[in-house]
Amino acid sequence: MSSILQSATTAPGRFGPYGGRYVPETLMVPLFELERAYEEAKSDPKFQAQLQDLLKNFAGRPTPLQFASRLTEKLGGLRIYLKREDLLHTGAHKINNAIGQGLLAKKMGKPRIVAETGAGQHGVASATVAAHLGLDCVVYMGTEDMARQALNVSRMRMLGAQVVGVDSGSRTLKDAINEAMRDWVTNVRSTHYLLGSVLGAHPYPTMVRDFQSVIGREAREQILAAEKRLPTHLFACVGGGSNAIGLFHQFLRDAEVKMIGIEAGGRGGQLGEHAARLAAHQGFTGARPGVLQGTYTYVLQNEDGQIAATHSISAGLDYPAIGPEHAWLADQHRAEYSAVSDQAALDAARLLSRTEGIIPALESAHAIAGLIERIPKMSKADLVILNLSGRGDKDMDTYSRLL
Amino acid sequence: MSGETSSSTRISKRFADLRASGELGIVAYITAGDPSLDATLQFVLALAEAGADVIELGVPFSDPLADGPTIQRASERALKSGTTLVGVLDLVRSIHQSSPPANEVPLILFSYYNPILQMGLEKFASAAASVGADGVLATDLTPEESVDYRRILTAQHLDTIFLGAPTSTDERLAKIAACSSGFLYLISRTGVTGAKDALPDDLPSLLRRARAVTHLPIAVGFGISLPGHVSLLGGLADAAVIGSALVSEIEKASSIAAAASALAAKIRPLKEAARHGLSRREVAP
Repeated sequence: MSSILQSATTAPGRFGPYGGRYVPETLMVPLFELERAYEEAKSDPKFQAQLQDLLKNFAGRPTPLQFASRLTEKLGGLRIYLKREDLLHTGAHKINNAIGQGLLAKKMGKPRIVAETGAGQHGVASATVAAHLGLDCVVYMGTEDMARQALNVSRMRMLGAQVVGVDSGSRTLKDAINEAMRDWVTNVRSTHYLLGSVLGAHPYPTMVRDFQSVIGREAREQILAAEKRLPTHLFACVGGGSNAIGLFHQFLRDAEVKMIGIEAGGRGGQLGEHAARLAAHQGFTGARPGVLQGTYTYVLQNEDGQIAATHSISAGLDYPAIGPEHAWLADQHRAEYSAVSDQAALDAARLLSRTEGIIPALESAHAIAGLIERIPKMSKADLVILNLSGRGDKDMDTYSRLL
Repeated sequence: MSGETSSSTRISKRFADLRASGELGIVAYITAGDPSLDATLQFVLALAEAGADVIELGVPFSDPLADGPTIQRASERALKSGTTLVGVLDLVRSIHQSSPPANEVPLILFSYYNPILQMGLEKFASAAASVGADGVLATDLTPEESVDYRRILTAQHLDTIFLGAPTSTDERLAKIAACSSGFLYLISRTGVTGAKDALPDDLPSLLRRARAVTHLPIAVGFGISLPGHVSLLGGLADAAVIGSALVSEIEKASSIAAAASALAAKIRPLKEAARHGLSRREVAP
């Protein structure tokens, strides 16, 4: 597996053919500055001490790796552990990256951050970190998402962030990113763009992965302590893919560990009905490599290169492109990707709530549904870590309609 | 220094003529297919008749992240009318088959990268050359990611135009100019496209920095809408790019014919300003 790790570093910001830096010229020098600041921060003891302190005392790391005993029993006996990122401050893994980039913004002397958000978890994490560090914060959010994640809109406003509704395009995450980039390109001298996933131009996919890889570092130690062996399978949902890459990365060299990313299958395979970029094998159509929002990766698009509409019940997975490192891991068959439907995710959320006493975010519910669908192909000796990336408070409107 | 090699493209000739007459060029941008490709043909004829020296045809894209609201809405209208890159190339052919002055105006395709990439670089370049496009500008493509693109387009004698920005260092401006042919397009301000009242104070120093690294003609765009802006650019730049101000005329007009007249009426005073006053100052070097 070392070839995978090496090829990720052959050209800066390239994962095989994927990744790169496709942005208007105005953003190039700021991206170089960000890359340099991030490289410096990696070996800056003061920065690292601040980061560790905030992760521990502000966010609540390390998170538990919980043995899910009743889910294990319910699904036939193969042992299932949950990485409880949902227990973090603000309720999802997004805070790991927001703390890292917030500190970088301070270090670069940028008094203002902008962020995009889909489900609202990254927006809440950004608003939280901005308040904690004394930065101004503007969050762009599609109006469709503002309606379905209203609780998180109120949380961001309570934290002092300005939430700007985006009414263009599909009024979801993709459009929020466009608008955040327009703000950034306009105010670039004073503003850091706190991108929330392993998307966008270099250095974002690498930097966000690094900030999230604390998930896998902890999980690897925890599973070895608990089970004296490595897991056979990792499961995580994949929108842009930051919680998945955060879990996967520390296991890339362990060839025996299978990694499964679960995408949003929405209502079906037809383009426009789903947000599955790497699940063509299941009949989800419309994904081809292309350039969107700074990076070259698999993108749901029509024949003319126009970006397609997507659908998912989960705002956090409702996005037409996937992080470029996932595209590369899929090409290399190092990770597998499949999609589950809206309905399967809802059923999984109910199951987890009633077997473990944990209401998962709709995004994380996709990972659970992916595990459930794979169970027939697995053996009782298998050992699973599933990244429970966020909690479901924000989704109670959707869930309560089903009760 | 780049841009020293003699070039015989229609873009280079047009800029050489402008420089010889001490006249600032007017580059007109409109989004192709807004509200239809037939309308765009009428608009190009009107713009050329009114004195536009170069015309940029925007290829509509679903996610125009470098554009302000005016051109975003134009892209939406164009996509709604079914405009594709293939359709825009057909339009270029129609313009070429029209009569003077429209068929003599250099035409630049102004696109985001993905539509070009999906057609395929080779296929795009040969199609663009065969219908008579003169140059291509991809908004979200920089020198670093464009090695294949430049090789393939240059082989088809298409000018490759890249953007320089206020945030670009001198070293980058030199690199961008070295990758550009025809002219260098300088973005006047940090931000997205859209008409503004005043030009930024640091524009003259940006132009001086660019002049120091290239002999290519320099066009300035983003935020230019008024004859006063054009007058200020005389002696500093070789051309002014007018985009959103034209697109909003199309948006406001009640008919295609009314839009065509409004575009011509917008261009004429800009061209007047480009021919007179401060604009008559000798352009360095």
